[in-house]
Order: sequence, then structure tokens, then C-alpha cells
Amino acid sequence: MADQTITLEIFRYRAEQDSEPTFQRYDVPYRDDWVVLDAINYIKDRLDGTLSYRWSCRMGVCGSCGMMINGVPKLSCAAFLKEYFPNPIRVEPLANFPVERDLVIVMDDFIEKLGHVKPWLIREDMPPLEQGEFRQTPAQLDVYKQFSMCINCMLCYAACPVYGLEPAFLGPAAIALAQRYNLDSRDQGNAQRQAVLTSEDGIWDCTLVGECTVVCPAHVDPAGAIQRAKVTATVNWYRDVLLPWGKR
Amino acid sequence: MSRPYYRPMPGTWWLTNRAYFLFMVRELTSVFIAIYLVLLLILINRIAAGPDAYRAYVTLLASPGMLAFHLIALAGALYHSITWFSLAPRGLAVRLGERRVPDAIIAGSNFAAWVVATLVIAWIVL
Repeated sequence: MADQTITLEIFRYRAEQDSEPTFQRYDVPYRDDWVVLDAINYIKDRLDGTLSYRWSCRMGVCGSCGMMINGVPKLSCAAFLKEYFPNPIRVEPLANFPVERDLVIVMDDFIEKLGHVKPWLIREDMPPLEQGEFRQTPAQLDVYKQFSMCINCMLCYAACPVYGLEPAFLGPAAIALAQRYNLDSRDQGNAQRQAVLTSEDGIWDCTLVGECTVVCPAHVDPAGAIQRAKVTATVNWYRDVLLPWGKR
Repeated sequence: MSRPYYRPMPGTWWLTNRAYFLFMVRELTSVFIAIYLVLLLILINRIAAGPDAYRAYVTLLASPGMLAFHLIALAGALYHSITWFSLAPRGLAVRLGERRVPDAIIAGSNFAAWVVATLVIAWIVL
């Protein structure tokens, strides 16, 4: 048991020396309580210090260590070696994103899209501080809580073929985040976000493949958020057309 | 200086994952349903053209090729409807008071409406 090893085939791309990416094989000790991130840290510390990747908390909270593991977007801190042993494990940077170096992707597009949906509480009126905090019942919290659990790990973007084919698509996490604020009883920014959500690259690009929800480590259900945003947008559209004199 | 590497998405992306494949099959069923609707429109046109034209068209529809097509279209329509109604709870979060209506009831009501609509159409046609 102590001498068993497992092979990792890791995607390497160093812009200063490689014109094309390659795969490099590393043999690391196999331990049944190790995750892929442990194995990669072992490589970095003992075998090859040039390997680049992102990680931080190693407990599924920070969302930094997302990688394609045998083609599936996963947090490498949550992918146990024993799920793959004795077969080799192929580790690649998250799909659908440009690669900066090795397992590090360029996330600028995602960060920019998060800002587009105005992910903060928007108020038409801002009562003075003396009036105290905005209060919310547990039931009101329950309406949006699931969508607030996102850790921005981008696994959903890596799982979304629509984003792969149409990089302008706003994408699962950003839309789920928009829903998180739209459904918040303290928020009044629905109309502002609606313009972004129903734009050409918004919710209607989604064809409901559903893999974003399958791979989400925080059980956010972005596919559900997008479909619910579609229902809301449709109801609003009919209301405007059929009852143009009525104000929402 | 940064020089990011862009990985092209292969045309075979939908063969790499079972869920992608099943999704593409559902999209593909739309083609058969569209062809079926065209045949239905032609049927209405033939009825308007008179009894002879109608009978000739019905004879054409009874040919083995047409029967095979209709069987495939029916299978596609069933697959599309069943998988689509099963996804309905994703889009509908109905709340009664403080509770969210269970997914099974949302999907179940869609299937029930489907059965009722089918029975009504069957009662009119048959």
C-alpha cells in the first residue's frame, strides 16, 4: 500500500517556450485520503516546481482550484484519487477559458460579466441609517438563499457548451447571481438587471443543457435560476403587451 | 508579456459527455416534429382540394416509408415531451405560503395536463 503510485497527466503550457500545450506525466504516491490537489501540491513541492495552478483553502470554500479532471469540471480539492485509482488522471485547465499558464485560466471575462448584473442591493429610496437595518424573515431569506451560495469557481462556465460556442453569453453564475438579488426582498433593482438579463447575450442564449447545475459544488442550481429568469421575463413581456396601461 | 492559449471547441463536443448527447438528441427531435407538422399542413391543404386529392394523400401516408417516419417522429415527440416536462420544476418555483411546492407535483401537473390534452384531442379526432 505504502509504495503504490498513481499517474497524473497534466496539461502544460508556458507561453514563453511552448507554442502548443503538451501533457506531462508525473507519478505520485497513492493515498486513499488524498485529493487531486494534494497530488498536485506534491508535484509542485517535490517533483517539478515550475507547475502553475491556483488554489487556496483546500476545503471547497474559496472556489480557486477548479480544473478539468478526466474531462469533468471539478474542484481539485474535492476529487479523491481513490475515485480514479489505479487509472491515470488527466488534469487540464477549466474548459472554455483561455489558458494563461499550465492549469491557470484567464478569468477576466467572468469577472467582467459578474459586474454587469449589478450584484449588490439596489434601492430606489435609501432610508437614513437611524431607521435601522433592512429586516428580512427566514422565509424571505429562503427565496434567494440557494443562489447566494455561489463561490465563483467557474465550473459552471466550463460545463456550459453554450458559453464554449458563444463566449459573449452572460453565463450560468452571473445569471444566478442576478437572480439572487432580484429575489431579495430588500432589493429594488429588478428593472435595471432585466435589461442585461434579456439582452441578446443574456438568458435566451441558454438552451437548458443543465450541466452547470450538475457540476456546481455549492448546489446553486444555475440552470434553475436561468429558467426562472426566463419565466419572469416572459410574464413581464405579456403583461406589458396585454396590459400596457398597467404599471408593474 | 502574457500570451494566452485558446483551446478550440471540437465539433464533436456533444459526443464527449452523456448529458450533452442526450441534450442534442432532444434538440434533434425538433427536426422530426417540424417535418411532421409540414405533413399535417399538407393534409389540411389536400382536404381543401377535394376528396380525390385527400384519398391520394392518405394512400401516400400509408406507405411503409411514411409509417416508419411517423413511428420515429412519435418516439422523438415522446422523448422530447417526457424529458422536457421533467425539467419543468427547474423553471417553476411555486410557493404556497412559506413552502415551495415539491418538484414532483410541478412535473406531475405538466404530465397530467399532457394526458388530458391528449385525451381531448383523441376524443375529437376518433
